Amino acid sequence: MTEENQAAETDQPEGDDGSDEVPPPADSSEETEASPEPSEGTGAFGEGEGDEAPPEEPPEDPLESLACVKAVRAFLGDEVEEVTSFTGGADEVSMTVPAGRVRALCAHLKAEHGFNYLSDLCGVHYPEREKPFEVVYQLFALNRSERLRLKVRLADGEAAPSVVEVWRTADWLEREAYDMFGIEFEGHPDLRRILLPEDWEGFPLRKDYPIRGDGFGLTWVERQIPSTSRPMTERK
Amino acid sequence: MGIVEHRFQENILTTTLDYLVGWARKSALWPMTFGLACCAIEMMASGASRYDFDRFGIIFRATPRQSDVMIVAGTVTYKMAPVVRKVYDQMPEPRWVISMGSCSTAGGPFNTYSTLQGVDQVVPVDIYISGCPPRPEALMWGVLKLQEKIQQEKFLRA
Repeated sequence: MTEENQAAETDQPEGDDGSDEVPPPADSSEETEASPEPSEGTGAFGEGEGDEAPPEEPPEDPLESLACVKAVRAFLGDEVEEVTSFTGGADEVSMTVPAGRVRALCAHLKAEHGFNYLSDLCGVHYPEREKPFEVVYQLFALNRSERLRLKVRLADGEAAPSVVEVWRTADWLEREAYDMFGIEFEGHPDLRRILLPEDWEGFPLRKDYPIRGDGFGLTWVERQIPSTSRPMTERK
Repeated sequence: MGIVEHRFQENILTTTLDYLVGWARKSALWPMTFGLACCAIEMMASGASRYDFDRFGIIFRATPRQSDVMIVAGTVTYKMAPVVRKVYDQMPEPRWVISMGSCSTAGGPFNTYSTLQGVDQVVPVDIYISGCPPRPEALMWGVLKLQEKIQQEKFLRA
């Protein structure tokens, strides 16, 4: 608990643009340059002091100094599997976390770190991996426009914990992931297909599903047309 | 020719019943109001004042019971296909179908697991219109072609 609280406090200045922290510097001319300082750690613009700073910075991954990354680290510790950034920028950070902890982590991030909006949740299929499925959570903090992407890797047939309790919007998003990939969500209140017909067979966005379909669609349509309907060949 | 020549009063026209029925049918084509994708936007533009389909006697109806024509405007998914067929089944005869745009004609760019590759797998189609989406002029051309077709249909003759 103390670690969590500490993390919550340390990330506040960075998240709030450091408005509380800035006053101390002496020269007012320097203050304008000091304002980007909190974001110094966030990566690309690490040109702070001059000669002594560069040797010190490389050891620390700039992503690790992000408030959201620290928050997740504080909650999960060594359980975090991977921290990456697609562009290298701070706004593209992705964290891979164990499936078993994702619901608790999401609840924590929402309650303590302002990630009050789940902007998307989707599945991915990597057939070459040992754990071929992935669920991606796109978190967003509405009050400070901050994004965080969480990823969970799942073995074939493994269920992910549902986050419907955390964000109600996850209801339909998880149904879509189930519909397209067959990923099941444990604790989902109403897990059934959302886009395809309910009696559809197969999961179309899996890589082993033929891109033009396996012929199921047309036979499904033919089964839906009632026998009382006049056959097309009878027409004048 | 002397039998009929100059034997009628003013304001008398002669024609065949077949022609007359065809003329009546083609002059009041009431399409079913429904759209499935972006083609429906062009279809709506066709019905609005700039292209003004009313002048052909084409008035969109809100129920299949009052409709003669079904304009399939847009991508027909497998999930939607039985619905299209049901609407067609609810229309009284004689009835016609216009397949508007490449999607409803042949699936268009969507050669995928979820898209019907041509609405003619579900309902019989009279006129196919190419385009993605077709402009209102193209839809108008299709409707005029359908009118020609209806005019040539036989009512009394075998």
